[in-house]
Amino acid sequence: MEALLASAVGVLTAAGIFLILRRRTFPVILGLSLLTYAVNAFLFATGRLALNAPPVLNKYKEVAYTDPLPQALVLTAIVISFGMTAVIVMIALSAYLSSRDDRIDMSAQDSVDAAGEDA
Amino acid sequence: MSLFLIAALPFLGAIFPALLIRAGRNASASAAGLTSFLAFTGLMIHAPTVLSGGVVTARFDWLPGLGLNANFMLDGLGFLFATLILGIGMLIILYARFYLSRHDPMGQFYTYLLLFQGAMVGIVLSDNILLLLVFWELTSLSSFLLIGYWKHLPEGRQGARMALAVTGSGGLAMIAGMLILGHIAGSYDLSVILQHKEAIQASPLYLPALILILLGCFTKSAQFPFHFWLPHAMAAPTPVSAYLHSATMVKAGLFLMARMWPVLAGTPEWFYIVATTGLVTMVVGAVIALFKDDLKALLAFSTVSHLGLITMLLGFGTKVAAVAAVFHIINHATFKAALFMSAGIIDHETGTRDIKLLGGLRRLMPITFGIALIAALSMAGIPPLNGFLSKEMMLEETFHIVWLDSHVVVPALAVFAALFSAAYSFRYIAHVFLGPERESYPQNPHDPGPGLWLSPALLVVLVVIIGLNSATVAGPLVKAAAGAVIGGELPYFKLKLWHGFTPALYMSIVAVLGGLLLLALHRHLERFWNALPRPEAKVIFDAVIEALTTLSRLVTDGLHNGVISRYAAIMVAFTVGIGYYAYASGSMGAPTRVPLPAPILPIIGWVCLVGATLAIMWFHRNRLLSLVLIGVVGLIVSMAFNYLSAPDLALTQISVEVVTMILLLLSLNFMPTETPVDSTNGRKLRDAAISIVAGIGAGGLIYALMLRDFAFPTISEFHLANSYKGGGGTNVVNVILVDFRGFDTFGEIIVLGIAALVIFALTESVLATKVRAYLLNRKPHWPQSGDAHPLMMVVVTRVMMPIALMVGAYIFFRGHNQPGGGFIAGLVVAIAFLMQYMASGFTWAAERQRFYYHATIGWGVLIAAATGLGAWFNDMPFLTSDFGYLHWPPLEEFEWATAMLFDTGVFLAVLGAVMLTLESLSRFAWQPGMTQEFPMDINPAREALRQFVEETKQKMAEQGKTIDSEKGA
Repeated sequence: MEALLASAVGVLTAAGIFLILRRRTFPVILGLSLLTYAVNAFLFATGRLALNAPPVLNKYKEVAYTDPLPQALVLTAIVISFGMTAVIVMIALSAYLSSRDDRIDMSAQDSVDAAGEDA
Repeated sequence: MSLFLIAALPFLGAIFPALLIRAGRNASASAAGLTSFLAFTGLMIHAPTVLSGGVVTARFDWLPGLGLNANFMLDGLGFLFATLILGIGMLIILYARFYLSRHDPMGQFYTYLLLFQGAMVGIVLSDNILLLLVFWELTSLSSFLLIGYWKHLPEGRQGARMALAVTGSGGLAMIAGMLILGHIAGSYDLSVILQHKEAIQASPLYLPALILILLGCFTKSAQFPFHFWLPHAMAAPTPVSAYLHSATMVKAGLFLMARMWPVLAGTPEWFYIVATTGLVTMVVGAVIALFKDDLKALLAFSTVSHLGLITMLLGFGTKVAAVAAVFHIINHATFKAALFMSAGIIDHETGTRDIKLLGGLRRLMPITFGIALIAALSMAGIPPLNGFLSKEMMLEETFHIVWLDSHVVVPALAVFAALFSAAYSFRYIAHVFLGPERESYPQNPHDPGPGLWLSPALLVVLVVIIGLNSATVAGPLVKAAAGAVIGGELPYFKLKLWHGFTPALYMSIVAVLGGLLLLALHRHLERFWNALPRPEAKVIFDAVIEALTTLSRLVTDGLHNGVISRYAAIMVAFTVGIGYYAYASGSMGAPTRVPLPAPILPIIGWVCLVGATLAIMWFHRNRLLSLVLIGVVGLIVSMAFNYLSAPDLALTQISVEVVTMILLLLSLNFMPTETPVDSTNGRKLRDAAISIVAGIGAGGLIYALMLRDFAFPTISEFHLANSYKGGGGTNVVNVILVDFRGFDTFGEIIVLGIAALVIFALTESVLATKVRAYLLNRKPHWPQSGDAHPLMMVVVTRVMMPIALMVGAYIFFRGHNQPGGGFIAGLVVAIAFLMQYMASGFTWAAERQRFYYHATIGWGVLIAAATGLGAWFNDMPFLTSDFGYLHWPPLEEFEWATAMLFDTGVFLAVLGAVMLTLESLSRFAWQPGMTQEFPMDINPAREALRQFVEETKQKMAEQGKTIDSEKGA
């Protein structure tokens, strides 16, 4: 089981980073989403894996519980990552709509223009 | 008055002149004057204690972990400086009221002045070197504002920038020096550091600390070779020059040298660095001053020279020299401030301060002449004025100093400087006031009103009184201040005019006679001086700054070239590198945990996940398809959470997944549907290599982690044990969120709310540009559905709405004990709302929306905060929760907890944030003609259907008619 999860984290990380290194906004957003899954799964797994041991207390009998702390951490991380994705999507979208270009890198011409504005 | 208040008063008062300027210039000046007066009075209350050798302190531990305490201390030295700063400050405030013209923004001036005053008072009262550094930097900043006060003058701006660059970089060096010093002494409190002379001087770090601290002092006090900023700062209005360069800013460096004297002085390093610098500065400043035609430039270089004198005295390291230094600080402040103000009067009344255009003013401006005469004679060192006394003491001291085995060098150079000093002082009188009257001056000269001459007149009265009665007037202050500098027994000294026929007297006579001779020869000397090649400090400074700017631009442009994908690649590669270093240099124990078995179900999930991810890589240019595939990944991740005993995570993940998908689909609506090929194969290979290595690293790390037990005992046991007892809930994850780590969650919902508001603001600003026109005329990428609001979907979502809300409520209420809670409930309810938007369209749904999502976020945060604050009423810390059980027959016993109220806040904030985000995005899609009256395109209601049939019949009939008529034709 551990090997499955670890390899999945590895594949998600690799795919996420590869997409983040692309030069258009949309693949970068996709890459960030994949990386988010990877990071959340990673954090979750730091609590070690357990089957059928949810951290919900059983009043009636003694049972084993998995580590609740990484779960709480990851829960907020999932919600915050939605906020982050939304902000990035909006920035990417606004940039695209304003310039009709979704490249993330400044071209040489852009640099020259920016320098001209500084002067 | 508490020392805190004395230091804080100028800062607090700084706001009033700026506000009161609306009530007139007098009100503004009075506010500034009153503030200084209050602080001065507060200071004087402590005079008896301090003058009798006591020390007043005020302690407040600000950041004790960093050793930064807001400790203030008032001893003789601090008292002397604070008196000068506040006393002369009041005179300057009066003078400036009449000096500045109607067009100058006077409120601003007084605000800057008070800020500066506060920073200076802070320096001299600080008992903590870190606090002192804060005030030190504040003086650099506020003096920048003051020097550049006349913003329309390029010289003013350049002078201010130069002063800031020089004193600011010196300040940076000093920070390092002070930190070293504090490190050696083991404390950042001055009073402690001053006890550790032996430890500090024996430390191998003594010399670096000394050099760094002295760099700060020398730049601030305009010591050679950093003296060049001071003359350029003369572009400031004269009141600023009079204040900064007589009593305050440039004296800060001297103050610090005097303050650190007990621990730093007395070593050969100190003697050769400080005394030599002082000596050179004194000579250079005096010589240049004689050849300056601008009155203020003359005074500026004379200030440089006198600062050098005091530095040299401190550098000697003997106790009597320290006394002389303290005494000269007082005397220089009095006569130099008076001289600056008289120069300002001359400038103000004649329209010029060029000596070549002046002369013969003694009858035209008798009062000014009187003031300038006394002050200048004091500067020249003529008895019985105060300048004579301290200059005698200085000359006497130089006589005992051996510099590199020579008894002659120091006294000879001191006499040489004193000679030039006498010469430029005489020139100030002779070439401005004496001589024949001119036929014309730039303006008609006359004495100003008392507003301008009162302040310098008071100062020259002091010059005379201190000169005549030095022992009674200045004696106690000098003793107290010198005692604080020396930090031990005072040496025997007497402040008096006549010491008998001492070597110093002969040296003085030589200096005065020589000064007269130089003045007589001035014309010839000037010709010779002007023919000499001299380095121009400003040109060198500008060249250095230019070179630095070019260099930093090169570096910045090289590193920061706007290619974001390159930054990301470097960042990932670097992180992987660090990870590899840690792996290679660390050691890893053997696995301690037995892996869990892997049945067929998780293997299927794994295949789906990896397959979908690889497919995304393959198809990522098809954006819609890759979105669908990402949905698959998200789904498997939620299932994995559920499988691995994390039901809360599964619920959260799956609901966030839905919302994220809607968001991405909406945004894709406006973007190109395909990603074009940009990268070369080489680049792809490079990226693939980086990402595969990173993936192996992340996967390997977590694999190794999962097979080993915790290295340290975790705090999770505590949470499991106390969740029910202390938090009243059995769902430990939820109790952690709303109770144990409630403060974190409170921060999270605020962040989420801010993100949503950012998105809203972004939408607003984008829609305010020409993008709006583009959006209104946009043609969709895809063929649109003929039935935009399908009947089936509308009906189903309407039926689903109450059920979805009920599920939301259920998840919310059980959250404390079973998987669920505010986060998940907020997402579920948001999805219920979103379904309505999707089914019936944005406009239709928005019209039926009764509350603002902004307010929902706000209420959420407020409710959470109010719950937290509620604990205060029970004398508990913020966010302490309470709970209990109620039993209302016939219901089962149920629980109440304040944490539920907090969770309500979380719920509302999440709901509001999600809805505001998607609503903002949807506004991009709005186009005219989208308003719709009905929830769906075809209204199945009977009435409407009948009407529809009628209309269709009529249309057909009309068409038939037209066809008929066409036929007929």
